Amino acid sequence: MMSHAAYVFTSYGIATLTVLGLIAWVVLDGRARRRELAELEASGIRRRSAEAASGETR
Amino acid sequence: MSENSLAIRKFSDLANPTRFLALADRLLPWLAGLAALFFIAGLWLSFTTEGDYQQGETVRIMYVHVPAAWLSMMCYSVMALAALGTLVWRHPLADVSSRAAAPIGACFTFLALVTGSLWGKPMWGTWWVWDARLTSVFVLFLMYLGLMALNRAIDDPARSSKVSAVLVLVGFVNIPIIKFSVEWWNTLHQPASVMRLDGPTIDPEFLWPLIAMAIAFTLLFFTLHIAAMRNEILRRRVTALRRLAARSAGRGARTK
Repeated sequence: MMSHAAYVFTSYGIATLTVLGLIAWVVLDGRARRRELAELEASGIRRRSAEAASGETR
Repeated sequence: MSENSLAIRKFSDLANPTRFLALADRLLPWLAGLAALFFIAGLWLSFTTEGDYQQGETVRIMYVHVPAAWLSMMCYSVMALAALGTLVWRHPLADVSSRAAAPIGACFTFLALVTGSLWGKPMWGTWWVWDARLTSVFVLFLMYLGLMALNRAIDDPARSSKVSAVLVLVGFVNIPIIKFSVEWWNTLHQPASVMRLDGPTIDPEFLWPLIAMAIAFTLLFFTLHIAAMRNEILRRRVTALRRLAARSAGRGARTK
């Protein structure tokens, strides 16, 4: 049988881990997508709107 | 220009993903900062206020459990609104919003279930009972997982968005069931003590930390949701560009 404080700290511990995990997932997912976009752009593949904005023609 | 048409124009401006990205970049630091401030205040209040005369220290579990449970329902309501946006107005960001919200909602529902269990064991003497409230929240959790699986199973958003939106709307029937389950059926779970027509029946000693944590969790939800929507837009751009690259590579091969 755990003490009452143990239930409280386990609850807050799991809540902290879940929230931090969620934040980490969103941040890392965003970084990975930005990296992919940058790689595509570096290899010369761009969105048409981005091309129009920079005044490039094919 | 009338106020109404200005509001509509603002809303449809948001339909442009590039504008949304710019707005998200401006908004996110503020939202995140505000959420952090409310978390500091909420956590401080959670651990400095008195315990309950019957429940002792375990009442502090409420400050995580109740906001998580509120968010689990609010997140689904946001998804239901987004589903309407997909089906009725065909708002281009509606499906992005619904898709981005599902994993976040699943996490908060998971938190509500786990902290509820950890509160139930010392107070009720059991980790889990299949009463109406607990079961309906468990069903909500399964629905989030099902929607996430569906969104993953169909790669093309153009095809998955309608199926997913219909499913979200059908599942919305569960939200009032969760909310009123404690009144309609005899449950081990207590009835509402904050969101009541006759005002909160909870002592101010517990109400203040609860409100601070609820605001903190809500701000956290919107921060994560907007950031996840931004990620989803970027993901779709990557997919579109890869397809474009594959097509132009195919053309190049044919002309040789």
